[in-house]
Amino acid sequence: MADPTAPTAPTAPTAPAGSGGDAETPLLEIRGLRMDYPIRHGMFGRHIGTVRAVTGVDLTIRPGETLGLVGESGCGKTTLGRCIVRTLRPTAGTIRYHARDGRVVDLAALGQRELRRYQREVRLVFQDPFSSLNPRMTLLEIIGDPLRNNGLAQGKELERRVGEMLELVGLPPGYMRRYPHAFSGGERQRVNIARALIMRPRLVVADEPVSALDVSVRASILNLLRDLQEELDLTYLFISHDLSVVENICDRVAVMYLGNIVELAGTDALYRGPRHPYTEALLSAVPRADPRLRGSGRRIRLSDDLPDPAAPPPGCAFHTRCHYAKAETCAAPGAGPVLLPPPDPSGRGGTAAGPAATPHLAACHFAGDLSLTGV
Amino acid sequence: MPEMSKNPTGVAAAEAAGDGSAAPPPLLEISGLRTHFTTREGVVKAVDGVDLAVGERRTVCVVGESGCGKSVTARSILGLVDRPGEITGGSILWRGGDRTSPVDLAKLDPHGEELRRIRGGEISMVFQEPMASLSPMYTIGDQLTETIRLHLPMTKAEAKDHAIAMLRKVGIPKPEQRFNAYSFQLSGGMCQRAMIAIALACGPGLLIADEPTTALDVTIQARILDLIASLQESSGMSVMFITHDLGVVAEIADEVVVMYLGTVVERGPVDEIFHDPKHPYTQALLDSVPAMGQGRGQRLRQIRGRVPHPSERAEGCPFHPRCDSAIAGVCDTTEPPETVFGPDRTARCVLYTPGLGTPGNVPGDTDPAEEREVPANG
Repeated sequence: MADPTAPTAPTAPTAPAGSGGDAETPLLEIRGLRMDYPIRHGMFGRHIGTVRAVTGVDLTIRPGETLGLVGESGCGKTTLGRCIVRTLRPTAGTIRYHARDGRVVDLAALGQRELRRYQREVRLVFQDPFSSLNPRMTLLEIIGDPLRNNGLAQGKELERRVGEMLELVGLPPGYMRRYPHAFSGGERQRVNIARALIMRPRLVVADEPVSALDVSVRASILNLLRDLQEELDLTYLFISHDLSVVENICDRVAVMYLGNIVELAGTDALYRGPRHPYTEALLSAVPRADPRLRGSGRRIRLSDDLPDPAAPPPGCAFHTRCHYAKAETCAAPGAGPVLLPPPDPSGRGGTAAGPAATPHLAACHFAGDLSLTGV
Repeated sequence: MPEMSKNPTGVAAAEAAGDGSAAPPPLLEISGLRTHFTTREGVVKAVDGVDLAVGERRTVCVVGESGCGKSVTARSILGLVDRPGEITGGSILWRGGDRTSPVDLAKLDPHGEELRRIRGGEISMVFQEPMASLSPMYTIGDQLTETIRLHLPMTKAEAKDHAIAMLRKVGIPKPEQRFNAYSFQLSGGMCQRAMIAIALACGPGLLIADEPTTALDVTIQARILDLIASLQESSGMSVMFITHDLGVVAEIADEVVVMYLGTVVERGPVDEIFHDPKHPYTQALLDSVPAMGQGRGQRLRQIRGRVPHPSERAEGCPFHPRCDSAIAGVCDTTEPPETVFGPDRTARCVLYTPGLGTPGNVPGDTDPAEEREVPANG
């Protein structure tokens, strides 16, 4: 697709690599990100507590990759995504973004005005294709809105670019005068994607983009996301609770639990050999689409009660549901375990052979001792 | 059924159902069911000639995309179809309870006394949205005891004891306290457990579960599926499970019914549906699911187009506009006949009709790996 504003491959302005000696310049580096929601009560909105939705996340997103973010509902994955696109202002921490023009900015610290230019480069695709499109706007208005708002195009030019975008996401350009109600869930999700991509972003945060869709439609949206990534040089943060979808599309996967990342690894490494008990439990809970696998593998069932993020348990946040937890270590007051490469006597973890040398990190006291089952 | 790896429930069920000669008639037998909605724009045939059977102690999964009539079929059984929908044909024979002769639920008055006794007592239903299907105005306990007192001769105190026992049985911690809780005070998983407790309170012979785990997290879904399986084992009830998640089907089903646009296109034992699908639609559904453990980057097969509105149903085979094996001049003109491959094993496709289809196009014959690389189209 010929395109004047197509992003060139991220030119690497030699910036100081945050931590970890990656040869490649990251696109986004999150350090110590925290997001607290106050709990208010009564007429005067007395502050009676704090929900710690994200509690000190470190995460690096590399250009051109698809990073999966998985976890149960309420673990803070959506909040983290919203902090990155800055519809939320994080309580603490930095989000260093390596912009297209080579500058490195801290998105977490920017005010609304300076933020605008970077918000063009970092866009969000919403989960629910039914409630995220304004029923009173035509597709032309919905998709063209960011362009008009930023004063980038209007009139015939706007129509041309919206038409181009529609074609790119697999919808006939002739649809642009129609309203969203005329479309099915899959088509609306294409509109959603078109709206996110019209600004030619570099990073797309996709928050459960296929969860509300039927299986066959889901397949076509996943294929579309993959094609667009190739065509437009996109980087995805793919937020989902569906581990089979994540395995299909992601290069690396971060597992989140109660506001923190508990495991981070390349997709294959994480699925074959999880190092955190929570990841193991998540993987074992996914039903496998083959009746002959029934009863095979280890069945691990977590209790239903996710701890209250306003009053997280002491020590390792997962110890209340963990089958391997040892009271003296895991429930000890203080900060929980941090994300580290597990000590591995055979030396096969850490810097295992892999294209980008993806380290396998897990936040568990016993990450090196446990032998956990993947799929 | 040779090398079917089954869980203990399945084995017991297979023995109870007796695959051999003296098979008892199924508990629930739907034949030729038609549920139509008469609207100003015309008649919408949401369910148009469905045949299916649920045997004693069996778990039957009904699968298909949204809009294929799964839920309307389930609701027709209990007379819960909203106006202007009504059952216009077919029969729903129910042999549960201590009946000697079956009763045809399709003929009963949806508001009548008899169906009201069956609904919630002999056949009960669990819905998709646990939060939305419990009333926020009444406590969990109120809603449980109401059902119990409606169907079982119990005093208030007895009903309360029974209700608390039920809550404990479905794994709700501190049931005495939760008895007085409102639905909005419980998590989604807990609400679904409460719904299941209400559904099972009167010891039904059949549980109809309409996407009971779709709105839940995988970890909670796994626990709810375990719960249904263990309750089924202890009580011996049958389960009709409606879902679009083929992973769930593979996990729990004994038999599978695949629906498309109001008709059953294929049915059979779960192993045969997954490993020897006959209908191109079944094959396409299976191919569109990312299989866990296959690694990254496999391109998924997508089904062309979308499920049309039931009022825009195509002539001939309803699936032919989206089918890769469609034969011009055959599929778009003739309604495919049902081919019977064995007991409870049927498919509705001309590929299996001698003289109409060409066996070369049979989906099971081609290598699925080849088919996966289907070029993207909108």
